[in-house]
Amino acid sequence: MTAQLSVNANQVEKDYRANSLWRMTLRRIGKQRNAIIGMVILGILLLVAILAPVLAPYDPIEVLIGVEDVGKREAPCIHLLGCPADQPQHIMGTDGNVRDVFSRVIYGTRYSLFLGFTAIGIAIGVGAVLGAISGYYGGWLDMIIMRILDVLMAFPSLLLAIAIVSVLGPGLSNALVAIGIVSIPVYARVVRASVLTVKEQEYVKASKALGGSHMHILIDRILPNSVPPLIVRGTLGIGTAILDAAALSFLGLGAQPPMPEWGTMLGSERNQVFSAPHLVFYPGIAIMITVLAFNLIGDGLRDAIDPRLSNT
Amino acid sequence: MHMSEQNTMNTHPEDFIEVKNLVKYYPVLGGVMRRVIAWVKAVDDVSFTIKRGETLGLVGESGCGKTTVGHTMLGLIPHTSGSVLFDGVDIFKLSPDELKTMRRNLQIVFQDPYSSLDPRLPIGESIAEGLRIHKIGDNQERFNQVMEVLRKVGLEDYHAMRYPHEFSGGQRQRIGIARALIMKPKFILLDEPVSALDVSIQSQVLNILRDLQSEFGLTYLFVAHNLAVVEHISDRVAVMYVGKVVEIASREDLFDHQLHPYTQALMSAIPIPNPRLKRERTILAGDVPSPLNPPSGCRFHPRCPIAQPNCAVDEPLLRELRPGHQVACHYAEKFA
Repeated sequence: MTAQLSVNANQVEKDYRANSLWRMTLRRIGKQRNAIIGMVILGILLLVAILAPVLAPYDPIEVLIGVEDVGKREAPCIHLLGCPADQPQHIMGTDGNVRDVFSRVIYGTRYSLFLGFTAIGIAIGVGAVLGAISGYYGGWLDMIIMRILDVLMAFPSLLLAIAIVSVLGPGLSNALVAIGIVSIPVYARVVRASVLTVKEQEYVKASKALGGSHMHILIDRILPNSVPPLIVRGTLGIGTAILDAAALSFLGLGAQPPMPEWGTMLGSERNQVFSAPHLVFYPGIAIMITVLAFNLIGDGLRDAIDPRLSNT
Repeated sequence: MHMSEQNTMNTHPEDFIEVKNLVKYYPVLGGVMRRVIAWVKAVDDVSFTIKRGETLGLVGESGCGKTTVGHTMLGLIPHTSGSVLFDGVDIFKLSPDELKTMRRNLQIVFQDPYSSLDPRLPIGESIAEGLRIHKIGDNQERFNQVMEVLRKVGLEDYHAMRYPHEFSGGQRQRIGIARALIMKPKFILLDEPVSALDVSIQSQVLNILRDLQSEFGLTYLFVAHNLAVVEHISDRVAVMYVGKVVEIASREDLFDHQLHPYTQALMSAIPIPNPRLKRERTILAGDVPSPLNPPSGCRFHPRCPIAQPNCAVDEPLLRELRPGHQVACHYAEKFA
């Protein structure tokens, strides 16, 4: 928001603060129990990601053979729960390469959150520009952009992501780009739809009557008013992106071993589901909790921003 | 400005705004190829003039094209043909830069006070938008000017930092007026500015508009469907029917001696607050024809009580039957 009016009067300032639209929205979000739960979980996840070196008892990629007296795929050993004190403690056990699963899960938070935010960041960045141009200018430009995006959308997203990664080559950054590209059409459509609605508003016409250029109208009037649905969709999209990234890694196309990425961890131990279930259980739970957090926040935001949808 | 020298000068110097043969057709797309299959003749060859400092009322039923006339003449929607001279300058022939400068003189107040303000901006920002677009003054100067126009429209300083949703409809409409006023315009298009307001608020806004007009020497085009409101504020009145102007006259003339049968029917529909008064009502048969496929000849002929066979063939042109009183009807002499 551009606060270009410098205001000296204190009373004016106070009034303004108390009633800004964002404030009101925040207040409404505060009443959404699910959103609060989601935000608390996300807050914890962010803390875990930042404090990973402090929280993790071991180096996530260090092979512990010869360092400690532990074997492959050992069950969790927690001293508090009766595991003999002479055995080294591994809260979530060890994996097939004798690494501490707990440390790996903790470091995995970094990758998943980074992947989710960046992939959706790319998608929103590109999608918003395409959608805004498409919606605002309309005509043949709209036709071309939307038809290309329709083609993108026609493929199942994971399948397309796999195809893109196959072309670019496996790896974390390529998986990220692939998921970003696959998500573009969704955001372009969301932005286009809200631009189409907003551009018919009379305040846009008023801007034109005042002599505002296309750029001014698009950037100062239309885009800011098109943001709310984008935030909602983006929050929900981060959850999906994390899931897709885990799926790609599971298939060996995303993060490569020995990176402690949750999907990779699942993938490398998938044959031991019955003999060592803890190796897939913990990364799986971690993915679920993260996706759940984003979905809760997204739903809460949607209800807070557009109360009409809350009961449907 | 040297623009005025390049263009044709006015024939009547007192005519501040001259709308000549303005036409606006909307294409109707259809078929697989989205080709143009028909045209909606929203505004079909409309001409009128507005004198400096005058208020011209533009009345007509919903959908007769009066709002389209307004928006087209300001270039807010592209015109099909015709010209609009503003102080002798054809605004359709200006370059984008010249048009931007010209827009400072031509402002608009919208019908819907709820959608005409950006809900995200404190209203002070909305009002200052024009100054920012034209890079007039620094922040402090803009702030002072916003405060000045706020007071002019009867709002307080502290309102500047509030958001549109905190205001009533009447207050928002005054904010809309302030936004137009801050540009120091010479002409304001009032696009049904009071039709969305309560009757008690209507007069308040109308009085503000009137006061501002005399204070700043503003010229108004007042678009409305409420005849009582038009009678209250206009100096002259133009009546539209299905994309055409059928009658233009001074207010007194029009409200006392209508020459067009449509205007007569319109006037007889004004309620009079006297239940015992018996009067002749002209009740029109049929519906308003669609501008997609308007009747041939005179567009009013299928519903006209005095229609003759030639009305379905010959299109009546606006002609001056009495000084300053133009009417588009072949048989208007009957009423003269």
